[in-house]
Amino acid sequence: MTAQLPATLPITRGCPYAPPDEHRRLRDEAPIQRVTLPSGETAWTITRHEDIRAMLTDPRFSSDRRNPHFPLLAKGQRINTGFRASLIGMDPPEHGPARRKVVGEFTVRRMEALRPRIQEIVDQHIDAILAGPKPADLVKALSLPVPSLVICEQLGVPYTDHEFFQLHSSRLLSRLTPPAERKAAIDALRDYLGELIERKAQEPADDLLSRQLEQQDDREELVSLAFLLLVAGHETTANMISLGTMAFLERPEDIRKIQEDSSKTLPAVEELLRYFTIAEFAVSRVAVEDVELGGVLIKAGEGVVPLSNLANRDPEAFDHPEELDIERGARHHLAFGFGAHQCLGQNLARMELQIVFDTLFRRIPGLRPAVPLDSLPFKDDASVYGIHEFPVTW
Amino acid sequence: MRIVADTDLCIGAGQCVLTEPEVFDQDDDGTVVVLVENPEGGQVDSAREAVKLCPAVALSLQE
Ligand code: SF4
Repeated sequence: MTAQLPATLPITRGCPYAPPDEHRRLRDEAPIQRVTLPSGETAWTITRHEDIRAMLTDPRFSSDRRNPHFPLLAKGQRINTGFRASLIGMDPPEHGPARRKVVGEFTVRRMEALRPRIQEIVDQHIDAILAGPKPADLVKALSLPVPSLVICEQLGVPYTDHEFFQLHSSRLLSRLTPPAERKAAIDALRDYLGELIERKAQEPADDLLSRQLEQQDDREELVSLAFLLLVAGHETTANMISLGTMAFLERPEDIRKIQEDSSKTLPAVEELLRYFTIAEFAVSRVAVEDVELGGVLIKAGEGVVPLSNLANRDPEAFDHPEELDIERGARHHLAFGFGAHQCLGQNLARMELQIVFDTLFRRIPGLRPAVPLDSLPFKDDASVYGIHEFPVTW
Repeated sequence: MRIVADTDLCIGAGQCVLTEPEVFDQDDDGTVVVLVENPEGGQVDSAREAVKLCPAVALSLQE
């Protein structure tokens, strides 16, 4: 038998609502197979819900991004950032204690306590939309500023600096950013956060970074934690707000359902998270021992790239997986990852999305897209899927 | 049926609390607290759901 060259893994969606067709083709050929990544490296892709959950709870797969075999999607991502590993790049035994230091800031109860303030922020931004010109860009007017303000307030970052963060974090997340620029964006953010933490050490306030400083004096670790939370807090929820609003606007009967019964909004949010799976590639790992996974031997030093988007449409795990059914009630999707690294901010994200959809369709019942939805500029070029600009009117 | 929580494994994702706040809680550090060790009635199903959703495999059931 002649050796077969591995398939390549393209990462651009054709249909904005679905995983790339090529990913489906890969899955249909073999649920686990070797592929060439756009970076030129080879890795395994895994596509089954069950295999991904098994991998993400198996300590023989490492999250350490400094491992030279850690699979990277874009060229030039393997740069020395000068950072200490952040939470997402740590393995046990380092990871558990580090996560425990901060997780108390994100408990379900703590998030509930933020609800009134988030509601206030959402209302203010909707006031501004209603008072401003039509059409409005939903992304600039609502999707980005709401989560961005919330995370800035929580961390104790002056919101006046949010444009700086948005600029640098979008450069960081874009696959088109050249390596030198990516490094510059990282340096700019790191310097800023280092100075901010220095100031907080002098003048503590009632915020996450000040509270972390009381517990530990490792400034470098704090800088990478702040960096992670800020970047994660800027782009993810924002894109879900835009995509979720788009999906609702296409389904007026779903808007009616949540207007009539607001207890349906949270399950709807869960379904939107599954359906869009915007951080499809967030959970790559590298094997540090030989492991058999789903009947395939993965050798130590080989990278694994799970296609979470496909797993969230795995017919073994979800009935009629290609349908967006806001009353599905299934919560075992992998949009927030799985295993010890599952998203720290997931309950904050859920609440923000719930408040935004409830408030938006109550306060602007006539909301509609100002352009055909298929002409929207979708983010095919970023590690977190979304929409660049979303003109709406009412 | 008894719920067993391995607090060393718990990563504080809160999936259990979201599933059934009458059975699960989190302490100030985010670690799971089992409020009802022996669930009954409708709580049995939600305990099963919580076990399935826990990303850290920190929860299990002794039948
Ligand atoms: S779902 Fe699991 S990891 Fe999350 S708080 Fe509950 S026990 Fe801990």
